[in-house]
Amino acid sequence: MNPGLYIHIPFCISKCNYCNFYSVTSLDLISDFLESLFTEMGMYRGQFEVFDTLYIGGGTPSALRVEQIEKLLEKAQESFVFSPNSEITIEVNPGDVNATLLKALLKTGVNRINLGIQSFDNTILSFLGRRHSHKEAISTLEMSRDAGFDNLGFDLIYGVPGQNINDWLQTLDQVLIFNPEHLSCYELTVEPGTPLAASYRKGNVTLPDEELQYDFFIKTSEKLEDAGYIHYEVSNFARGMTYASGHNQKYWNHTPYLGLGPSAHSLLHNKRWWNHKSLRTYISNIKRGKPPVQDAEYLTKDQLRLEALYLGLRTKKGINLCDFKRKYNYDLLIEKKEIIMKLIDGGLIDIKNGYIYPSRRGLAVADSLSLI
Amino acid sequence: MKYIRNFSIIAHIDHGKSTLADRMIQYTGVVDERNFKNQILDDMDIERERGITIKSQAITLPYQAKDGNVYFFNLIDTPGHVDFSYEVSRSLASCEGVILLIDAAQGVQAQTVANLYTAMEHDLEIIPVINKIDLPSADIEAVMEQIDSELGLDPFSSLTCSAKSGTGVEDILETIVQRIPPPKGNPEAPLASLIFDAKYDPFRGTIINCRIFDGTVKSGDVIRFMHNETTYKVEEVGSFLISRQKKDNLSAGEVGYIIAGVKTVSDVNIGDTITLDNRPCSKPLPGFKEAKPVVFASIYPIASDDYEELAVALEKYELNDASFTYQKDSSAALGQGFRCGFLGLLHLDIVQERLEREYDLSIILSVPSVRYRFTLNSGEVAYIDNPSFYPDVMTIAKSEEPYIRATMMFPERYLGSVMKLCREKRGDKSALNYPSPGRVELIFEMPLAEVIYDFYDRLKTITQGYGSFDYDMIDYRESSLVLLDILVNGEKVDALAQIVHRDLARKRGLHACEKLKEEIPRQMFKIAIQGAIGGQIISRTTISPFRKDVTAKCYGGDITRKRKLLEKQRKGKKRMKMVGSVAIPQSAFIAILKSDQT
Ligand SMILES: Nc1nc2c(ncn2[C@@H]2O[C@H](COP(=O)(O)OP(=O)(O)O)[C@@H](O)[C@H]2O)c(=O)[nH]1
Ligand code: SF4
Ligand SMILES: [Mg+2]
Repeated sequence: MNPGLYIHIPFCISKCNYCNFYSVTSLDLISDFLESLFTEMGMYRGQFEVFDTLYIGGGTPSALRVEQIEKLLEKAQESFVFSPNSEITIEVNPGDVNATLLKALLKTGVNRINLGIQSFDNTILSFLGRRHSHKEAISTLEMSRDAGFDNLGFDLIYGVPGQNINDWLQTLDQVLIFNPEHLSCYELTVEPGTPLAASYRKGNVTLPDEELQYDFFIKTSEKLEDAGYIHYEVSNFARGMTYASGHNQKYWNHTPYLGLGPSAHSLLHNKRWWNHKSLRTYISNIKRGKPPVQDAEYLTKDQLRLEALYLGLRTKKGINLCDFKRKYNYDLLIEKKEIIMKLIDGGLIDIKNGYIYPSRRGLAVADSLSLI
Repeated sequence: MKYIRNFSIIAHIDHGKSTLADRMIQYTGVVDERNFKNQILDDMDIERERGITIKSQAITLPYQAKDGNVYFFNLIDTPGHVDFSYEVSRSLASCEGVILLIDAAQGVQAQTVANLYTAMEHDLEIIPVINKIDLPSADIEAVMEQIDSELGLDPFSSLTCSAKSGTGVEDILETIVQRIPPPKGNPEAPLASLIFDAKYDPFRGTIINCRIFDGTVKSGDVIRFMHNETTYKVEEVGSFLISRQKKDNLSAGEVGYIIAGVKTVSDVNIGDTITLDNRPCSKPLPGFKEAKPVVFASIYPIASDDYEELAVALEKYELNDASFTYQKDSSAALGQGFRCGFLGLLHLDIVQERLEREYDLSIILSVPSVRYRFTLNSGEVAYIDNPSFYPDVMTIAKSEEPYIRATMMFPERYLGSVMKLCREKRGDKSALNYPSPGRVELIFEMPLAEVIYDFYDRLKTITQGYGSFDYDMIDYRESSLVLLDILVNGEKVDALAQIVHRDLARKRGLHACEKLKEEIPRQMFKIAIQGAIGGQIISRTTISPFRKDVTAKCYGGDITRKRKLLEKQRKGKKRMKMVGSVAIPQSAFIAILKSDQT
């Protein structure tokens, strides 16, 4: 399989309460950053095969000006080889874009937009610390369609304090009107070091208990599958597998990927490395001609096997038993026969066409499935 | 002999026994400052960490007294738990006096009293010492008052000190010279020597710690262990000055060691009398008991690959612990293991911890049991300490269980609640004494099985730490017994089975189910736990499955983080025993014997 390229844009106009992605809110360093990024691209010239996905994430890529994005894409094409039908995604925050920018993006070759909608409820949006409103979200949606994008993905968050299941299902109804090709529905998670974590620790916010989390999870899956989506990964839904994120799937099946920009992770064979999670260190390393890599790990066969198991069991497709046996010298059906039978009986997993895969209820406990 | 003083320090835990011993050792200068470390007599890590002494220790301290003479002090350190009370009694039998140490802030506590009574039984000179007088909360007056009223000792005979700073230590040393009588005995008489401890040394074999009452022993002598009726040729004798110091001989009144080519500590019985083979004494010294294991449990390696390693570890461990026994055993649920015998639950705990720590093994212990006696219809008598070998009920003519005589001492105000506890524990034939005003001695005959089932912990709770407890085995008594099986997801787990009194079966069954529910982590499927007697289910609980644990996001940086977490969890799981598809943690097996009331 072809490798994927990820570019991390470490700028946001303001920080959301729950977010622990690396970004800074001062935009002063954008041009320094881009210069470093282009140098970094050069450092990996010739090291990866032909890429077939490019994902520009962050942070907030839409914090860049359109010429900057154009330049970035141009430089990427210059430094690396992409296959003709590459999936090129950019993350966009509602309210950041206008029709001109969207049209320009389309022209540069971007063919997939991932919109950080998160919610249609203004109270929830302000709890999350998002800058945009319900109205802005809708107009960005409409503009994207009008601009001609036929592959739109929405990011949504559920399980927000005070939100009940019906609120959430109503939000989904509103979302479905726009017929997105792709949906990522994330349960709100308390990440260390965020303002949300601080309020949570102080007891100012309470999150859904396990039962409610489970209900959210199952009802979301039921509703979206009823509406014709495939629940292809724990938090991801696609209107047909052609719309599933080609880039993200690489993370889940150990396809090589190169991550550029601060905090980005890369994988090539059994080596994983990651860049400094600091824009300044990133820039200064590159200025000194040094790859901005913070650290690396060489995965042992045992670690690769554990990752393959847990990542595979987070996807609807599951794990190809023959491949798994061949790669890791480990026959799941023999080694874990008893427990697998039990899990099949319990309706958490199943085996079909040589794949072992989780059911809907199985996806909800995917982390434990990998510990069998 | 005039210049010998044999004594022990006795105290409630944490009242400063080890610290005072340290100070005496430093004062007499047997260890130079460079080699000194705190709690020098507790040489096992586990002793230092838990702050308890497990093995007796002896040390000889030369003391230059104010009268101008050099005295030889033999200080014998003793373990502080009822599981080892026999060892304590043998150590005290080797002394002429004790220092009874009392914390000036805490005052008289349970073990102060229990230890005092053991000392009195041996007619020892008692020197009460009030320790920790440097503490702001020290209340010397109040402790003096307690010494008078609670211990019945003359408060004006007591001394004060701070073991921490060293204040008063010299005074104690002088008082030992003046008040503790020198040993009596005749060096010319036939050898009579009491074994109070034995240790294994990989180079020399067993090092026997003993007190010579009569006669003399030297290298080349052929000695006889009177109980075992075995003989050995003495290779070396000497005394302990921190390290072993070889001497020409040991004679009446002295405390020291004998090395005589004894292979393992199990060849030596604590409390046995050593005499000379060619000139034996007329009768052994009094008080000998065979230290027999009374609690049994099976040990299994968590990973069955570790079986061989466990076998080697047990072989080595046994060399140094005479009260520990083991033999091969196997369990349908847990695989190959060993059936082991212990002096009590603390002993069991210590063995488990030492095996894990010193031999780096992960082990599971089955639910501990006492040894029952069954008379079968055929007339055959079977001793069963492993529920797996419970006889076919149709063949049992008579079931009996071991009984003990428990001696408890505590302030009178707790009498009602302690009596209630003892009755609940099927106690019988009680007797009550008032050794001193306000304090009672309560004697009960009880099934040993009830004592291992959380008795001591509850006694301590009820008496708020003021209750002391000791016991002797008495005999076997007829009892109505049943085998309580535990089933996990329909599978019998033999290592969780217990032999219990019929009247308590239902209660125990419920308790076991509840405890297992607390100990076994939730899993992805429902876990049914049942208690059963002869196929009839008498109790049940279920552990409901967890339904949601997956993390929402898993991209670039999350992958390594998540894998590390899973690796950690997988490691934790390796410390649990898989029974069928259920992972049971180590703690579950012991928890069954613990009540909630402590
Ligand atoms: N302040 C003070 N603390 C002491 C004194 N003697 C012992 N301790 C402390 O009391 C605790 C228990 O002492 P230790 O000798 O281990 O008691 P043991 O359990 O009787 O052996 C330790 O923390 C000692 O440092 C003393 O005279 N004064
Ligand atoms: S959620 Fe997106 S916009 Fe908000 S702080 Fe994080 S990266 Fe920036
Ligand atoms: Mg101590």
